[in-house]
Amino acid sequence: MLSIQNLHAQIEEEEKAILKGLNLEINPGEVHAIMGPNGAGKSTLGNVLAGKDGYEVTEGSVFFKGQDLLALDVEERAHVGLFLAFQYPVEIPGVQMLNFLRTCTNETRLARGLPELSGMDFLKLARAKAADLKINPDMLKRSVNSGFSGGEKKRAEILQMALLEPQFAVLDETDSGLDIDALRIVSEGVNALRDGKRSFLVITHYQRLLDHIKPDHVHVLADGQIVRSGGPELALELEERGYVDYEKAA
Amino acid sequence: MAATVDTVERVKKISVETYKYGFETDVEMDRIPKGLNEDIVRMISAKKNEPEWLLDWRLEAYRRWTQMEEPDWAKVSFPKIDYNDYYYYAAPKSLADKPKSLDEVDPKLLDTYKRLGIPLDEQERLAGVAVDAVFDSVSVATTFKHKLEEAGVIFMPISEAVAKHPELVQKYLGTVVPTTDNYFAALNSAVFTDGSFVYVPKGVRCPMELSTYFRINAQETGQFERTLIVCDDDAYVSYLEGCTAPMRDENQLHAAVVELIVMDNAEIKYSTVQNWYPGDENGKGGIYNFVTKRAQCRGVNSKVSWTQVETGSAVTWKYPSCVLQGDGSQGEFYSIAITNNLQQADTGTKMIHVGKNTRSRIISKGISAGRSDQTYRGLVKMLPKAQGARNFTQCDSLLIGDRCGAHTVPYIEVANPSAAVEHEATTSKVSDDQLFYCRQRGMNEEKALALIVNGFVKEVLQELPMEFAVEAQALVEISLEGSVG
Ligand SMILES: Nc1ncnc2c1ncn2[C@@H]1O[C@H](COP(=O)(O)OP(=O)(O)O)[C@@H](O)[C@H]1O
Ligand SMILES: [Mg+2]
Repeated sequence: MLSIQNLHAQIEEEEKAILKGLNLEINPGEVHAIMGPNGAGKSTLGNVLAGKDGYEVTEGSVFFKGQDLLALDVEERAHVGLFLAFQYPVEIPGVQMLNFLRTCTNETRLARGLPELSGMDFLKLARAKAADLKINPDMLKRSVNSGFSGGEKKRAEILQMALLEPQFAVLDETDSGLDIDALRIVSEGVNALRDGKRSFLVITHYQRLLDHIKPDHVHVLADGQIVRSGGPELALELEERGYVDYEKAA
Repeated sequence: MAATVDTVERVKKISVETYKYGFETDVEMDRIPKGLNEDIVRMISAKKNEPEWLLDWRLEAYRRWTQMEEPDWAKVSFPKIDYNDYYYYAAPKSLADKPKSLDEVDPKLLDTYKRLGIPLDEQERLAGVAVDAVFDSVSVATTFKHKLEEAGVIFMPISEAVAKHPELVQKYLGTVVPTTDNYFAALNSAVFTDGSFVYVPKGVRCPMELSTYFRINAQETGQFERTLIVCDDDAYVSYLEGCTAPMRDENQLHAAVVELIVMDNAEIKYSTVQNWYPGDENGKGGIYNFVTKRAQCRGVNSKVSWTQVETGSAVTWKYPSCVLQGDGSQGEFYSIAITNNLQQADTGTKMIHVGKNTRSRIISKGISAGRSDQTYRGLVKMLPKAQGARNFTQCDSLLIGDRCGAHTVPYIEVANPSAAVEHEATTSKVSDDQLFYCRQRGMNEEKALALIVNGFVKEVLQELPMEFAVEAQALVEISLEGSVG
């Protein structure tokens, strides 16, 4: 599904290297967790995969379903099935959530050769998916992420994922800012999308998320590289010991 | 390259590529000589076969104008205008002997309006909208005349009204905007050519939208239209003006005056979609748009709303105002102004509260892109007798890129302690993060920008008559189209 080889990336303006030879293979249906100290480059990885401006890939390659991902525009990457749940979802004042979601959904459907959904059909769909995530329908009438609580923002991210039906999703600290109940609801939302084909890359600091979303593999990202990989037990170990070992190494 | 930098680059190119109204119509023109003096004023008046009183009125305005100075307080700059370097009257020759019906109108002119999306012939007309089409200094045609006559509504070119309803024109002309109100109003009073006249009699709800479409075509010609709308007791009318001009390297002058008079319990809804040629990406050419628009709510509980979508012109100087005289009268101003490339706009409104319990509401949405500069300038004035008067002002600016400017200059004068004025202002920017977020969700950059901008302006778009809201929304998108990617 996703094959990252020797990925080097830097901040364009500062020519500061952040990712320094990162390798990762993700197969269909797998859930991979990435943990690691602050500033290690976890969000940068998500941003580079999604194609955000301001980063330059200086070496390495990323193939997604056999396609050179780095050659695609941001929206094309979304169209072929890549989704990024933002660590800090962006506010767009004045743009109604429902309108935003409909535009996202229909643009993506059109790009995938599917017909647009009518206003009515979309409304039904959005309401149903929102209800699954215990999202208050009033939230759909508010401006995109404006004045949302931390938890509301993260739930809205999962709602977008549910509507866009990606093949592969990066969840960047989707658990931070969530209370226990919200964490459970969001996790259920993610698990509902686990169909044996769809893959996830879950960036988190906490084991507790991984209690709900069971990973197949856990990796430690430190100083721009995957420095250690293992099974779910690795997350438990990290929870106990922290990242001291890796911070020193970095 | 950061997305917004890219945005700015693209924005620079667009006005030229997307100004689809920039074509020229090749017809034989009848002009009077270039320049401005008393003889020119007399010639214009003679061309229009005007009565003596109107000529005298023009001459008086002209004399006063020569003693006035161009205003310099607006935050716009442009080279000194040589008023002698313009033509003040230009009309297609074919219209000289007043075509009686559309069949007699030069097909080239009809075709012009068709290309502009304003079909004048019977079958293709905009349903429910009567149109007066003004081409340079004269009116080409007015549609639905018959239907309006049946309702008792007078809607005709102002020059025709001078001949057919002199008593009404003389009674109201210049009573809202006196000839000497300001430099450009004086100029307009001296040389105005055409424009629309509307009179809605007592108790009549105008059965359709009225609309005037202004087209500047001739080279080096100023357009000075004059619009006068009177809505008698308990009457209602909704009026819309649209404007375009060909792309030309030299600047063209447009100085209009619009006067609205609203009697007891009457209402005028006045909407503008202004899309004069804005000049190219280097600021060459474009229209100088110096406009005086004012409404007098003379009657009790009368109401006026100005709604404007301003995307064109190189320089805009425009403050549609409401004088709220009648007790309980209401004024509204809803504005979307978009400046791009090197456009400059100094625009806003004046709400003068005279009567008791008068109310006003101002919603202004300014979008600046490219290297453009935009100022909202607004006055809210509560006079001593404006007991219990209320104003609410919301003034929002949206910046695209970081080389444009947005300024807000509110003037508030309150001389009645029971009057309340509320002012809110925000400035925001379309950020790279917003564009990235939208694109990650599958939108291309143009779609993303349109979504963000539409979200910003929708409160005002909703105020436009249905027939034009869609067109205006498209215009908003076109004005910023290609600005990302
Ligand atoms: N746009 C940016 N400009 C400058 N520095 C950045 C930018 N994005 C990330 N960085 C830097 O890159 C490093 C990695 O950041 P990030 O990927 O956000 O880490 P993590 O998500 O693992 O906490 C940090 O030192 C951070 O300051
Ligand atoms: Mg991070």
